[in-house]
Amino acid sequence: MPVVMDADRMERTLTRIGHEILERNRGVEELALVGIRTRGVPLARRLARILKDISHHDVPTGALDITLYRDDLMRHAVGGQPVVRRTEIPFSIDDRRILLVDDVLYTGRTIRAALDALIEFGRPRAIQLVVIVDRGHRELPIKADYVGKNLPTASSQSVQVRLTEIDGRDEVEIQG
Amino acid sequence: MTKDLLGIADLSREEIYTILDTAEAMREIGERPIKKVPTLRGKTVVNLFYEPSTRTRTSFEIAEKRLSADTLNIAVATSSVLKGETLVDTAMNLEAMAPDVIVLRHASSGACHLLARVCRSRIINAGDGMHEHPTQALLDAFTIRQHKDRLEGLKVAIIGDLLHSRVQRSNVLLLTKLGADVWVSGPPTLVPPGIDRLGVHVTTSVDGAIADADVIMMLRIQQERMQGAFVPSLREYFSVFGLTSERVKRARPDVIILHPGPINRGVEIASDVADGPYSVILEQVANGVAVRMAVLYLLAGGAEAD
Repeated sequence: MPVVMDADRMERTLTRIGHEILERNRGVEELALVGIRTRGVPLARRLARILKDISHHDVPTGALDITLYRDDLMRHAVGGQPVVRRTEIPFSIDDRRILLVDDVLYTGRTIRAALDALIEFGRPRAIQLVVIVDRGHRELPIKADYVGKNLPTASSQSVQVRLTEIDGRDEVEIQG
Repeated sequence: MTKDLLGIADLSREEIYTILDTAEAMREIGERPIKKVPTLRGKTVVNLFYEPSTRTRTSFEIAEKRLSADTLNIAVATSSVLKGETLVDTAMNLEAMAPDVIVLRHASSGACHLLARVCRSRIINAGDGMHEHPTQALLDAFTIRQHKDRLEGLKVAIIGDLLHSRVQRSNVLLLTKLGADVWVSGPPTLVPPGIDRLGVHVTTSVDGAIADADVIMMLRIQQERMQGAFVPSLREYFSVFGLTSERVKRARPDVIILHPGPINRGVEIASDVADGPYSVILEQVANGVAVRMAVLYLLAGGAEAD
């Protein structure tokens, strides 16, 4: 199966996104990163490190679990309930520009759930979306602000983003 | 998980850990400015309580509301039960209004099992007679794990009215399942025969049970369930089995003290111990909401059972 992004490429992609974030927001003072569990969380931490390297400022970073906000819970078979993990947002999101980070943007339903979840923590000035891969096939009117790579795919395929922190290596692979 | 939560006896180790881990995530929701998630929106939960309860009923109700379920409380004092309706008839009538979950507390052991057989709704046991009180044991385990990071290998002393206590039964089942070293102690009249077969150490010496314990769990003297003379007097009970600060010194220096409430000050536990530094009694109450949210989510969060 084709690997469409290796570790080196991923590092450069994240660095490029870091620069785009700074260019567009003119500084980091009001920014905060929120990663969507699972793989958005290490990605958000990496972006925080990159933003610090460039701007010498710490950007607060949190983790969001969207399980309890999913619109497909009622469709799951009994007994196969998705695991709920902790949401950790140890800062006020009021009046901040929030960078919501996820690995793959697909139907947009995860992001819809994440927006609902996030807004219950306060009233951010803005929410911007960062994804490593946009694979198309949106079912909701949602669009990313920063995209690592646009990947045209068939709905029968699946896109795997692997990260060292979780999977032992960095790569993006198309399967099927 | 199965359709209902009737007792710890039906749960595997893995299911218990799933509930405890899910409760960790639920706890955070209680720390938010908006303490509510939409997970059980459109689901109806009936709290059917045939026995008085403040803690458990309130805890279930808060858990249900934080998950956005619609809740209604039926207290028997104001219901048709007083007009002679049986438990099954009451439940069938409630079922006709299609609730998703019925949380039942009843004075008869096995009442929840009876309802589970006749009802489509999921049944959660909130205490049935002298049988089980599974969510209490789960919140106790959750509280212990928060302090000790594990349950396996801990010495847990359970002391008091072992005979009438559903809290004891559920806790013994859960703690032995997860590999804790469980000691039980109480007056011989209040030790159920055969309890040693559940894999616990039985002793009439409170000091022996408490020695080097990581956890002390005190049980309430349940005068409302006592028909006959089980203890000579409450004062004598306190002097022989009551938890005093003197006794606590025999336990490990980092011991934690649990009590399911409501506490009888000066009967099973001295006031200064109940309010003292080792007591986690109010944490238990706080954790109860998170654990009940976890149970409700795992049982009712998914699709309808066929």
